[in-house]
Parts: sequence; C-alpha cells; structure tokens
Amino acid sequence: MTQLVQLLTADGVRPGTSELELAVADVDDRQLLALYEDMVAVRRIDTEATALQRQGELGLWPPLLGQEASQIGSARALAADDFVFGSYRENAVAYCRGVAGVDLLRVWRGTSQSGWDPFEHRMATPQIIIGAQTLHATGYALGLQNDGLDAVAVTYFGDGATSQGDVSEAMVFAATFRAPVVFFCQNNHWAISEPVALQSKDQLVHRAAGFGMPGVQVDGNDVLAVMAVTRQALERARRGDGPTFIEAITYRMGPHTTADDPTKYRDESELAEWRERDPISRLAAYLRSTGTLTDEAQAAVEATADRVAAELRAGLVAIADPDPMSLFAHVYSEPHRGLEEQRDRYSRYLAMFDAAAVRS
Amino acid sequence: MTSATMTLGRAINAGLRKAMEADERVILLGEDIGKLGGVYRITEGLQAEFGERRVMDTPLAESAILGTAVGLAYAGFRPVCEIQFDGFIYPAFDQIVSQVARLHSRTAGAVSVPLTIRVPFGGGIGAAEHHSDSPEAYFTHTSGLRVVSVSNPQDAYTVIQEAIASNDPVLFFEPKRRYHTKGDVELESSGQGRHAMDSARVVSEGTDVTLVTYGGLVQVAVAAAEVAKSEGVSIEVIDLRSLSPIDFDTVTRSVTKTGRLVITHEAAESGGLGAEIAAGITERCFYSLEHAPVRVTGFDIPFPPAKLEKHHLPDLDRLLDGIDRALDRPNSITGTVFA
Repeated sequence: MTQLVQLLTADGVRPGTSELELAVADVDDRQLLALYEDMVAVRRIDTEATALQRQGELGLWPPLLGQEASQIGSARALAADDFVFGSYRENAVAYCRGVAGVDLLRVWRGTSQSGWDPFEHRMATPQIIIGAQTLHATGYALGLQNDGLDAVAVTYFGDGATSQGDVSEAMVFAATFRAPVVFFCQNNHWAISEPVALQSKDQLVHRAAGFGMPGVQVDGNDVLAVMAVTRQALERARRGDGPTFIEAITYRMGPHTTADDPTKYRDESELAEWRERDPISRLAAYLRSTGTLTDEAQAAVEATADRVAAELRAGLVAIADPDPMSLFAHVYSEPHRGLEEQRDRYSRYLAMFDAAAVRS
Repeated sequence: MTSATMTLGRAINAGLRKAMEADERVILLGEDIGKLGGVYRITEGLQAEFGERRVMDTPLAESAILGTAVGLAYAGFRPVCEIQFDGFIYPAFDQIVSQVARLHSRTAGAVSVPLTIRVPFGGGIGAAEHHSDSPEAYFTHTSGLRVVSVSNPQDAYTVIQEAIASNDPVLFFEPKRRYHTKGDVELESSGQGRHAMDSARVVSEGTDVTLVTYGGLVQVAVAAAEVAKSEGVSIEVIDLRSLSPIDFDTVTRSVTKTGRLVITHEAAESGGLGAEIAAGITERCFYSLEHAPVRVTGFDIPFPPAKLEKHHLPDLDRLLDGIDRALDRPNSITGTVFA
C-alpha cells in the first residue's frame, strides 16, 4: 500500500510524528513564513494575470490556483545549479527560479515564444507539447552524469501527461542509465475536462515500480511534505542512485486556462471539498498557531504580493510589440539561403509601404 | 595529402571518428550502435575506442533518442543520433519537428541544438516494409532543420563532419544501397569551414538537359547521362547534397544553359523535392526553359514489397524516358512519345 506523505494536515496541524520530518528539520518558522509569502505572491500573479487576460492584455493564461504548495515546496528544495524542465503551468516554479513576473506573461501576450533565457534561471521555458520535456530533463541528466556533476534535472508534468509515450520513454531511459532526474508529477485531477481516472485505472505512483524506480505519493497541498520528499529525491539523485517519481496529489482549482469552463464537466461540490484543503490557508493556520503569522507579518506578506502585482502590470505595459523582421532572426543559428531570400523579399515588400507613405 | 579508397559506409565511420577526436562533446546515441556497431556497421569500433559514455546503446525508443539528445544539447553536448532505418523515424517525428527544429527560434537564440540525425534511407535493397522509405520532404518542409544527403564516399566523409560541426540540427540521409560503393577519400578534409554541406555539386557537365538528384540516385543519373551521351545528348548531372537549403544558384546556372530540367528522387512525387525544385527553377529562369520541368519519382504509394520495388524506383530507363520527354522527342526505346 502506498502511503500518502503528509506533515501538515488540512486544518494546519503538524503532528510531527512522520519520519519525513527529519528531511525538513532545518526549516524553521521563519523559512515557513517565506514559503507562505511565496505562495501568496504566486496566487496574486495568477489573479492579476487572469484579470489581464479578461482585459484583453493577454491572449491566454494557465492558472495554477490550488497547486501552489506542490510547486513552491518542490522548487524551494532545488539547488541553484539544478535544472528545471516544466510544462506551461509551472509559473510558481519559475517564480522561485528568479524569473520576473512580467517574463511569465510574454508568451501569453504573444510577443515571443519564450519569456526568459533558460540558462540564466536554470529553467527551460514553457513546454506546450504534453510530456515532451520529461525527455529533455532525462537527456540533461545524462549530460550531468557524463560530466560528473552533482546537479539534478527536475521535470514537472501533470496526470494527463503520464499517458504520453514520451513520459514512459523518459522513465525507461532514466531508470536504465540511473540518470539524476526527478519526475515530479502534479496530479491535479484534471487534464482539461478529462478526469485522472481516464488516464489511469491505478494510482499513478504505482507506475514507478514498473519502471524500476522508487515512487512516492505526497500531499501536494502540504508545502512542507512536498519539500521533504523532493529533498529526498534530489539527494538520491545526487548520490548516483538514479531517478525518483513523485506524485503530488493536488487539485486544479481554476480552469485549465482562461479559455476553459470547468462548470461544463465537474461538480461544484468537488471544488468545495478541495477548497477545504487549500494549501495556503492550511499553512496560514499553522503559522498563526505558532505565533509566527502575526497581523504585522501578514501585512508584510501582502505588501510583497502587492509589489509583485504592481511590477507585473508595469512590466506588461512596457512590453513592446516585436519587430516584423524578427520573424526570421533565430530560425537558424547559421546562414540559410532559402530563408534569407524570403526575409529579403519581405523586407523589400514592407519597404514599399514606407515608400508609399513618404509619397502620400 | 593523405587519401584512401573506401566504401561510403566506411567513410561515414571515418568521418564520425574524426569528429569525435576533434571534439570530446560529440556523443553518439542509437539502437545497436555500440557493441554491434550498428546494423549497417557504420559505428563499428567507435564504442571500443571512445567508451560507452560517448557511444550509447539506447533502449528502443526513437522519440527518447531525440528527446534526450535535446537535453544533452542543453547540457552542452553535440549529439549524433542514429535512426536505425528510415521508416523508424516517425516515432521521433514530434521531438524533431516540435522541439529540435524550434528550440533555437523559441528561445530567441539562447539554446542551440547542434544535433546530427543520421538516417539510412531509400530502397533498392530488397528490404521488408518500413526499411526503404524516403522521408526527406517531411523534414525539408520543417523550418529550423538542415537536410543533407550524400551520394559518394568523399562527400559522406566531409559532410558528416560538417553536419556535426554545424550549430543547427541536421538530418543526414545516408543512401543504404550505396553503403558499399567505393571511392577515393581525401582524409585531410574536415568539417571546419563549410565546403560541401550547403552546396550542390555538378557531377558531370552537359549542355542539353539538367538532371537533378541526390543520394542513391546520383549513380543512376550518371549512368543515364553516359547512355544519353552515346545517343548524342549531353546531360548535366547535379547532386544537390543539401536539400535544405537548396543551392538554387547552381541549378539555375545549369538550367539557364540547358533550358531543360529533369528531377528525380525515390520519394513520392506529390509535395516532394521535385515539386520544390520545379517551382523554384520556374520562378528563377522561366524564360530560359524550353520545356516544362519533368519529374521522375517514386509513385504516390506506400513503399512496395521487395519484388515490386524495381517498378517503383526510378531506374536507368525511366530516367532516359524522362530525358526524352524533356527534349520533346520520341522515347528512345519504343519510338513513341509517352505523355
């Protein structure tokens, strides 16, 4: 039987009896408060981005509402030189990797296909093909292994992605070569309108054994438990013992994207049930019980969220529309005469309009 | 200058070895490429020489071979992937088209994907299904990829090194039926500085018809040109080598001279390289053309069983017929004009 790892109950009680507590023994209340602040800040980014989409400033936004603990708990366990390969919903992970809020918005505003330099933040930019990034993480991990480095590749994907061949292939390769990679599956219960039961008749975590790697199931709304299991998986990978599959049980409280309408396919009662297990309110309850989250501390957290939101909006307004000739800029890294001909032809075509404007 | 006579297969092997010696970030991934040296022995001896970390036998998953190569590129490696047979490339299609081809563009140049994808391709070897395909046009239609094919040992040796040295992803199509073709190879040539990879090669000069092809059919085209010569027709044979980009300068120069163009490939006619070259040449030198471009290609059918492939693959006689059509003259065998 798989046991769900939990250190903090939905009511914000920390029994302190799990042996996993050892993995987070150094995380004091001050650090827990920082995790709380992260979660509040990324929820504010979600709220702001959703509003910006409604105002026509973004074409689309994929909220992570409800998955804050899974993403913050795992991302804050990473070392600076670890490398993340996520899907398109890992905005909280990117936040932890130092990506500015505005850089999260660029692809959804439609001004570029990437918001940041992957090497600067040690995180690949959003991957829209479901599960494709798990192979990139595995390959990157093979590279780390080849170079004798002790960094780890971490890949994020959802329950829907586990049905993709690429995810299975990545797990085969990772296990075979004992690659230092962590497979972090956020089971948020829904792949657009398809429930997780359509992806798997058994618990996802049980797949790990078949691929020859340990699997651990964690309460994905418990930031401390997520951090504990991620730390263990990272440590295992650094030791040279190979990959781990983590299934974080969480819930996508919002729509798949701003274009989606979940009322068409799921009951309000289910959402209400998960609201009771909200990752942020449970940590708040705990921190209040220890006297850490004072009114003053809460005000400071909200001030941080306000600042993040203000920067987001200011940054968005400052994003310039891209130059048309940038269409051709990076298709190849070396000259390609076929594309150069097209570029030159289009440049001359555009110049005709400039010339016409001068004449009139 | 050191040169040696070797087969096309050995020339690729020698080119791979030289590229691996020149750059320790070059690593090879594929099925059966290590101990066995590949089903066609193209990587023979390389694992023994460079070790299991640089010549990796992978599990049987083509999408993963390409997908992990992308990750290795992120980590600063220069992977060379072997796809065992042309028809096995399709499981990797998504990683090639959605990832390999786009990553440099997606990241505004931050991530380079200096991948080489080696693909034994084409028919003429009496193989089972999925072992004789010519899938090159799928990839020439995909921006972000370079696509090359070689026809002789010298180009095989040079172009494989140039492909590996390129910072762009390159599909390297190897004509299986020419693996055993021998030729002289100048061993000093390397991938440093682009010589062969982007440019077409005029194999034999002529004045009446331009015959454009690549890969396994170059040899057939040369044979056709020799027969035509005996009939008083002068054929200029061009080996494209690069399928993306296409060296239209070389082809245009030739057609401007001859006024007639025949394109031949094993791949299906519709949407193939022949269509692209016919259109490109018609745009570039319409007023030099004395006849519509003629295509001599495989049919729009799945690759047939071995006993039927001789009807599907362009051969000497079909090329001569195509040349007759381009010259508006009766078929040299039957004396009739075949429309």
